[in-house]
Amino acid sequence: MATFFGEVVVAPSRAGVDDDESAEEAREETPEDREIRRELEKKREIDVLWTLKSGASTGSSTDEPFVCSKFIVAIGHNAAAFLSSFILDSVCWEVVGVVKLWNEWCRTSNTTNVLPSDSFCLFYQLISDPTVLLCQCSCYVAEDQQFQWLEKVFGCMQKEGLQVTVLSTCPVADYKTQESTLTLPSPFLKALKTKEFKEQVCCPLLEQPNIVRDLPAA
Amino acid sequence: MFVPCDRGGGSASSEFKGFTLLMPAVSVGNVGQLAIDLVISTLDMTKVGYFYTDCLVPMVGNNPYATAEENSVELSINAEVYSLPSKKLVVLQIRSPFIKNKYRPFCQTLLSWVKSSKCAQVVLLSSSHAYQRDDEQLLGTPLRYLLTPDLEKAVGGLMQELNWKEMEKVAAYPGINDTEKILHIPGGGITKLLFTESCSKGIQMAVLLKFCSEGDNIPDAFALVNYLNEWLQLIKSEVNTSSQWKIPSSWRLLFGNGLPPALF
Repeated sequence: MATFFGEVVVAPSRAGVDDDESAEEAREETPEDREIRRELEKKREIDVLWTLKSGASTGSSTDEPFVCSKFIVAIGHNAAAFLSSFILDSVCWEVVGVVKLWNEWCRTSNTTNVLPSDSFCLFYQLISDPTVLLCQCSCYVAEDQQFQWLEKVFGCMQKEGLQVTVLSTCPVADYKTQESTLTLPSPFLKALKTKEFKEQVCCPLLEQPNIVRDLPAA
Repeated sequence: MFVPCDRGGGSASSEFKGFTLLMPAVSVGNVGQLAIDLVISTLDMTKVGYFYTDCLVPMVGNNPYATAEENSVELSINAEVYSLPSKKLVVLQIRSPFIKNKYRPFCQTLLSWVKSSKCAQVVLLSSSHAYQRDDEQLLGTPLRYLLTPDLEKAVGGLMQELNWKEMEKVAAYPGINDTEKILHIPGGGITKLLFTESCSKGIQMAVLLKFCSEGDNIPDAFALVNYLNEWLQLIKSEVNTSSQWKIPSSWRLLFGNGLPPALF
């Protein structure tokens, strides 16, 4: 397409499949290509490591799913910081798991001694009620890893009677509303809930046409 | 992949036997998806399920077709299925782009679901880059169609009567050898893949597409949905058909928020 100044550029298409990409796929994959792709996929794999109460470490697949009644997930630095400031303390909560992942934006590790400015994804259990789990995820989970994160984390939990709460933040500038966002008193809360959630929601529901993306959406 | 909603009734797959599946390709200007929004919104279709897939970018919001307070709080995600049994119509809406390298597995799973649901035919709404048209395509209608060989036998005659134009093939090696022709749909997303796969799997598929560019694609969506209506007769086509289609509430604020009063 021609830009304002007259030069011709290839515009990124909303189609989501670039012609180059599809042409590339059309060529037969050589064994080297397959190997490279496999290595890249392995590098982008997520590992969920749980520590049971007894202190023994298990791999990413436990024999029996955890019994879990409440699972609170805080995604992003702000939400994670909220939990650190107001909810978490070393007396009532203990670390029971960690997610190890790598992508172009961040890398986490399996250490549980983290600084607030690090990228990490940790799981905590309420000592007085071990069915209450909390997750602080301040690292960015890339779009091709979100489904994996979901399956591996929820795969370890018993889903009967489970209530999940997701805490996250978005820039006010992304909020679509009839007035300008400059005049909106911020910060403000909005919620989305499934029809199975019968309790009272503490804030208004998110109006159309606003949407939620990435890991909170997943 | 397909997860039915709990609305009672029989097994999900048998509900679509003999139905027409209408779906969009995520393509230039998102025209197919906008057109599908118009169909779902106008015909007030009921959601019957969704696709649980790792191939699309996740997103969630409240009901995009809400008309009142009562129906505005149902969650909506990136790939959902709606149905209208009175017209034997089932519609798939896709609301986010494909994750890199995942569009092929999605097409495979989709086509095997189509086969197992025993849909009579699939109609794919799509679009293609307007700037890639050749001199002849610049003149006349920007709307095109494609039919798989099986469907050609059934409805090819009707297309002739409607005076529709079939999508032209282009030279495989332009400038070098003009005899070998291939199908080329730039900006069409998964359109070409779905079409060629349907041809080889014996699935009856029609592709309806419009040449367009990125921008305000609402008029393109109306053109495409009216084109579809010429064939499927989903709504009564009167003189001013554009006003018959109901714009969903989610189309509000497509081009940004209100202006700050301090600007003036």
